[in-house]
Amino acid sequence: MRYIEPHGHMVSRTTDDYQDMVTAGCAAVCEPAFWAGFDRSSVDGFHDYFCQLTDYEPKRAAKFGLPHYSWLCINPKESEDVKLAQEVIGIIPQFIDRPNVLGIGEIGLNKNSRNEMKVLELHVDLAARTNSLILVHTPHLEDKLKGTRLILDVLRSDKRIQPERCIIDHVEEHTIGLVLDAGFWAGMTLYPESKCSPSRAVDMLDCFGHERIWMNSACDWGVSIPLAVPRTALEMRRRAWNADLVDKVIFRNPAQFMSQCPKFKLPQT
Amino acid sequence: MTRQQVLDQYFIETRHKLIDIAAFLDRADRAEGEADFRLDAFRTAIKELSGKKPGRAEKVLLAFSDPTTKPIAKAHGKGACGAWSAKG
Ligand SMILES: [Zn+2]
Repeated sequence: MRYIEPHGHMVSRTTDDYQDMVTAGCAAVCEPAFWAGFDRSSVDGFHDYFCQLTDYEPKRAAKFGLPHYSWLCINPKESEDVKLAQEVIGIIPQFIDRPNVLGIGEIGLNKNSRNEMKVLELHVDLAARTNSLILVHTPHLEDKLKGTRLILDVLRSDKRIQPERCIIDHVEEHTIGLVLDAGFWAGMTLYPESKCSPSRAVDMLDCFGHERIWMNSACDWGVSIPLAVPRTALEMRRRAWNADLVDKVIFRNPAQFMSQCPKFKLPQT
Repeated sequence: MTRQQVLDQYFIETRHKLIDIAAFLDRADRAEGEADFRLDAFRTAIKELSGKKPGRAEKVLLAFSDPTTKPIAKAHGKGACGAWSAKG
């Protein structure tokens, strides 16, 4: 089995996790910029984080033979401070051409506030100006439905944005239809306590088809499972999915989306 | 999958989850003090399970969701609690 982990916050994982992922068949990992669990106090903190994502972490992954890609932004959880967000967005162009950077992400909304919307629009504008792919985080729990609708409105109102070059992540049963119907890619995040379980993810694939969908573990410093994608592949096999369809969902689909960025090289497996 | 296969694969684990829900409601009943809007939202969402039509998972999620459409003036904190209250 081969798979791509299209959304993993590897800076918060151990080398054991890298070993387990590669052993399970991981052929590439993609790491969106994330909140550190505390607010970074200045633009310099983000500068260092972007260096980590674009220089140090790819080297760490390479020790396990794993190609590492990244996405850059200020996370929606830190978007209430618009001035800081503007400063951070201002330094992203210094990093955007680095060889492992696929695009802008994970941008989006957290509590669906006006300032978060403003910062989302700034990120979308940056992505449009730099012709970058976009990876969007949708809010948690009770805020997800409203946030997904607001995000779709922002993306659709910018005529430079092509839906097929945007992935809207963390969809669940009440948002996946909105995302796919509007022509965007949908990401399902497999978390043990929130978002989506393996059986629900496979239910959604059964109901919504296998096009423009990927699955990820979003493994970070919180309760999460770095092997959630291969474990969900086991769930597919439990339901007698054939090996080709499993491969499409966990390898070829994310590869298809990411290959829209010429820097993404299809992993040799 | 046939319906029989679905039952063979998922009945025991789903039965286990259902009993966990019942035990959670018992635990909340046994506890002292006031509940809040989350327990009301839970009881509302649970009604969706006995619906006759498919789409129950979506309806449960909708029952917990903020139905409003305008951005809020300011984010106070970063977390979400899992249910929505009109009182904010
Ligand atoms: Zn993430």
